[in-house]
Amino acid sequence: MAEAIAEVGAAAQSAEVASGLAPSAELIRLESITKVYGSGDAEVAALRSFSLNVTSGESVAVMGPSGSGKSTLMNILGCLDIPSSGRYWFAGQDVSRLNETELARVRNRRIGFVFQQFQLLPKLSAWRNVELPLLYRNVRNRRALALRALEQVGLSNRVDHRPTQLSGGQQQRVAIARALVTNPDLILADEPTGNLDTASSRDVLAVLRELNEQGRTIIVITHDPEVAPVARRTVHVRDGQLVDEVAA
Amino acid sequence: MSLAHTIETGLRSLLGHRLRSVLTTLGILFGVAAVIATVGIGQASSDSVTARITSLGTNLLTISSGSSVTGGVFGGAGSANTLTMADVSGLQDRQSAPDIQAVAPVTQGRASLVSTSGNWSTTVSGSTSGWLVTNSRTIGTGSFVSANDVATRAQVIVLGSTTASNLGVGVGDLVLVKQIPFEVIGVLAPAGSQGFGNQDDLAVVPITTAQDELFGGNGSVQRILLSATSASTVGSAYLEANQILLQTHHVTDPSAADFTITSQTQVLSTAQAVTQTLTILLASVAAISLLVGGIGVMNIMLVSVTERTSEIGLRKALGATPGDLFRQFVIEAGTLTALGGLLGVATGLAVGYIVPRAANIAVTITPLPVLTAVGVAVAVGLVFGVYPALRAARLAPIEALRA
Repeated sequence: MAEAIAEVGAAAQSAEVASGLAPSAELIRLESITKVYGSGDAEVAALRSFSLNVTSGESVAVMGPSGSGKSTLMNILGCLDIPSSGRYWFAGQDVSRLNETELARVRNRRIGFVFQQFQLLPKLSAWRNVELPLLYRNVRNRRALALRALEQVGLSNRVDHRPTQLSGGQQQRVAIARALVTNPDLILADEPTGNLDTASSRDVLAVLRELNEQGRTIIVITHDPEVAPVARRTVHVRDGQLVDEVAA
Repeated sequence: MSLAHTIETGLRSLLGHRLRSVLTTLGILFGVAAVIATVGIGQASSDSVTARITSLGTNLLTISSGSSVTGGVFGGAGSANTLTMADVSGLQDRQSAPDIQAVAPVTQGRASLVSTSGNWSTTVSGSTSGWLVTNSRTIGTGSFVSANDVATRAQVIVLGSTTASNLGVGVGDLVLVKQIPFEVIGVLAPAGSQGFGNQDDLAVVPITTAQDELFGGNGSVQRILLSATSASTVGSAYLEANQILLQTHHVTDPSAADFTITSQTQVLSTAQAVTQTLTILLASVAAISLLVGGIGVMNIMLVSVTERTSEIGLRKALGATPGDLFRQFVIEAGTLTALGGLLGVATGLAVGYIVPRAANIAVTITPLPVLTAVGVAVAVGLVFGVYPALRAARLAPIEALRA
């Protein structure tokens, strides 16, 4: 509880500063992660002995064709799923064996998601959507924090608009604000421009790059070579394995 | 997530689907209203039967001829009238029946009464002066049938207040019963109408006159009413009356008695059992509709979970725990049924107000069935909300997000 309050305090004070972690400290360590779906003859290994380290403040693009295992990697990185074997250290904590409730807590406090389909709730206004993750951690000044996050993505004049009243690019920026509002250690974006036209894509990528420049760790999962340059480091996944790394 | 936020989230999503919420609520609404109305009607008829019977006094015993005793209260009156005026005088013997306060023979039938200003059909009882005591009635104006009236076969009549006013007669006027003139000598004080019948619509004449002039019977009587000296002596009065009648009827085997003695308490408990059974029957039908309403809630909640799979996935990704989602869906179901319950109470009360005025059926609404119905409605919502809520809580976030 005390931890939660301290965290909330930090979130309230410095939404701009990335996280409590020192820059260049290790944020993510995947140690020979294997993820197997199905059983018996139908067994399919989506990830095979996959290892990856990400330091705090980095920006990483994970690239690979569909079926390469990058979605599985995203699920495991985002604590939406746990590996079949191997270890996943997130900010010094072994999260590879947590139960659902504990994983939910890690997602809420440490990870901000940006999805291809935006995933905004259509009945809620922009700021109500941004506020959502705060509801799951009992923060008081939710509206102020939501407005600040919307300001960071340049949508101060759209706070009361519903998703249907916003363009695709604006919707994705609302989603980025929602990912930002909890002041997470990591922003995990899954094909963030997959549903956007070129101009909006450029917009959204600019916002992500800016956030990284402010010190926030960002992992972008994509199959689109146009998106990869947003990150300073690109990793390629094929057949559930890391094939090569390219530093930009 | 705090409870307040969970409730707020639940309410928002219900408001987001207004039509669906209203339709779901209707099922519960009618269930609760039906329970309240049927129990109210049952309660009212039970009350009226009880009031009617207790107004006769709990120290009253009724002797009827015939022997079909077993458990029957209204049965038992045999075709042959085995009770006579001799039995009546035997029962009036204070020596052998010290616990019997008053005795009144009754021979009655329906007859049309004709006065100068109208006619009116009512129940005419032939009895003696004991009738007043055994029926716990008092005379309003004039006097009641006296022992002398009985002895002289006087053509006198005492009317209930309703009968008197319907005929437009008072003490001293004449009425014709079966063409025979009777002088009105008294009018009973009103006893009030209770449920099924009006106790103020009746007429009493001397038993001898009734036997000779109106209903025949040749010295036999249909029933004998007894009142014990007090409610606590009803038991001994019963034994005394039984003993006397066995002797005068020369019956040696008590199980072969040609008469039946029933106490008001027996009548009361039987009548109450009957109305209670009816009430339970009606209420169970109503309760089933409540159950159906509950299943409706579960259906809607399941649809809602399926429809909102991606919302659930998103909430999970943003940090909602399985517990958070479980609570949210249970609260949604609980809110729907609680709302339905409250509106059901309002509808039930409205029925309780309108029905007595529109259909002349009494409805007595007591707090217990109202509270029970609402409690059951909410419980139904929570119980039937649990399964959909569990489904929501157990959805894997990845699957849910892809939907």
